Amino acid sequence: MPSPEAVVEVRDLVKRYGDVRAVDGVSFEVRRGEFFGMLGPNGAGKSTAMRMIYQVTPRTSGELQVLGMAAGERARSIKERLGVVPQMDNLDEELRVIDNLLIYARFNGIGRVRARQRAEELLAFADLGDKRRAMVDELSGGMKRRLTLARGLMNDPEIVVLDEPTTGLDPQVRLNLWTKLEELNAQGKTLMMSTHYMDEAERLCDRLVIMDRGRIIAEGAPQELIRTHLPPFVVEARAEMGEGRGLEGAATRLGLAAVRSGDRVSVFVGDPDAALASLREQGWRLERAFVRPANLEDVFLKLTGRALRE
Amino acid sequence: MRRWIDLRSAARVWQRNLWVYRDRWYYGLLPNFFEPLFYLLGLGVGLGYYVSSGGQFGQDYLTYIAPGLVAASAMNGASFETTYNVFVKLHFGRLYDAMVTTRVNMEDVAMGEWWWAVTRSLIYGGIFLLITLFFDTPLTWRLLLAVPAVALVGYCFSAIGLAFTSVIHIIDVFSYYFTLFITPSFLFSGIFFPVQERFPAALVWVAQATPLYRAVQLVRGIVNGQWQGVGFDVAYLLVVGTVLGVFAVWRMERRVIR
Repeated sequence: MPSPEAVVEVRDLVKRYGDVRAVDGVSFEVRRGEFFGMLGPNGAGKSTAMRMIYQVTPRTSGELQVLGMAAGERARSIKERLGVVPQMDNLDEELRVIDNLLIYARFNGIGRVRARQRAEELLAFADLGDKRRAMVDELSGGMKRRLTLARGLMNDPEIVVLDEPTTGLDPQVRLNLWTKLEELNAQGKTLMMSTHYMDEAERLCDRLVIMDRGRIIAEGAPQELIRTHLPPFVVEARAEMGEGRGLEGAATRLGLAAVRSGDRVSVFVGDPDAALASLREQGWRLERAFVRPANLEDVFLKLTGRALRE
Repeated sequence: MRRWIDLRSAARVWQRNLWVYRDRWYYGLLPNFFEPLFYLLGLGVGLGYYVSSGGQFGQDYLTYIAPGLVAASAMNGASFETTYNVFVKLHFGRLYDAMVTTRVNMEDVAMGEWWWAVTRSLIYGGIFLLITLFFDTPLTWRLLLAVPAVALVGYCFSAIGLAFTSVIHIIDVFSYYFTLFITPSFLFSGIFFPVQERFPAALVWVAQATPLYRAVQLVRGIVNGQWQGVGFDVAYLLVVGTVLGVFAVWRMERRVIR
């Protein structure tokens, strides 16, 4: 079976600001219809890479094609067919909700009638139907985010690029936005999202790259990444005051990978019951130990030695 | 990236400003009527009574200053639009960052803002011109020519304002622009007195080289039907406006696209 068409193709992409290499030679592709993720801590280069893809940051070197068109050269045509939801809400505070949508259609060269129709559809999609005449600053944080998403969809884009779409939102509001994104993906839109939340990446993304310090350090489907890099379970144990280092050593001597943070020790295991039994045999009581499945956060920790958010 | 300005995209940026204005023009427009009224009453009718009785002017003082004030109000309209308003959109609203994710490029945004500032200065200057008609400005066909002249003044001062905004990083710096450029321009560009009669020769040359001096000469020349020098004034405003405008468009692109 032929692999689906690549809608974004990135080869050895570099962005340098003075001596700083914000993006330091990354290569990947995004396929039509998939939900693609870029996971990494702040400053990993995700936003810069995305800005190059949506044509507002010129690249220093490397190859970049979007929808088969060369970046830079055909910036306008690319932008016309992309929807962008930037990291910070940059809605037009001087315009009403509906006009925020309509003017975006105008910017993209869409006719009046079509724009009206599309705006009504998207107001419904974003649950903002009764807010159409409101000014932007009358909206709650979640409504603003949904309006920003709706704005990015005005041109019926083939690819929607979302830069940390849920940063700073309440859990309830995040969940609501996730549902919207899943809905869009189910409609066949290609989605490309950056995030530093592993739960978000794990739930939404078909495939993702993990970025750190301007480079890609791993790539694959979330579950596949976890399987490749780690045993399936993590025993989270808390040692007595000052005993953390000893517990970590004990786990290591049993041949288990362990990471310690203060007196909290995470032990990566294939068989959690056996591991707990072995440790208890050595006299560790581990009363409050619990077992959870390994996740992308652990993968990042294993690959870099650092937590995603610190 | 390629830097061809797309005129349709620029027009849509202009349209965005029109939409904002459409919603609140009645707040902004009323002062545009009062300002000329106060100037003409205070300086023309009030002060003018004493000045004109001295007989320094070949015409009534009010009639002398009115065309210059029209030029100055076009300057003010263009200046506020391209300084504070553009700066806020550039830095605080991040509005331009949002616009350039569409088909619109940053060059189009800058061009659209430039056109919009010309529009605003045309509204300011045009209303001022209209008000002067109630103060005994002779009604002639030449006043129609004053309208494009006002637009040209707006063109030049919008470009100057945009160029300034495109190089500064702190909003407070605008007080220098207004205190050291706009205010002296207003006072010493031949609106209220002929500088060549009161200034030492060296300073006359400086005053005559400023854009507002040329703008005042242009509008006054058209209103009074004195055509000598008008061609030079037009050329001056066009060249200064175009050079600084192109610079501003280029600089603003570099500010946002990085």
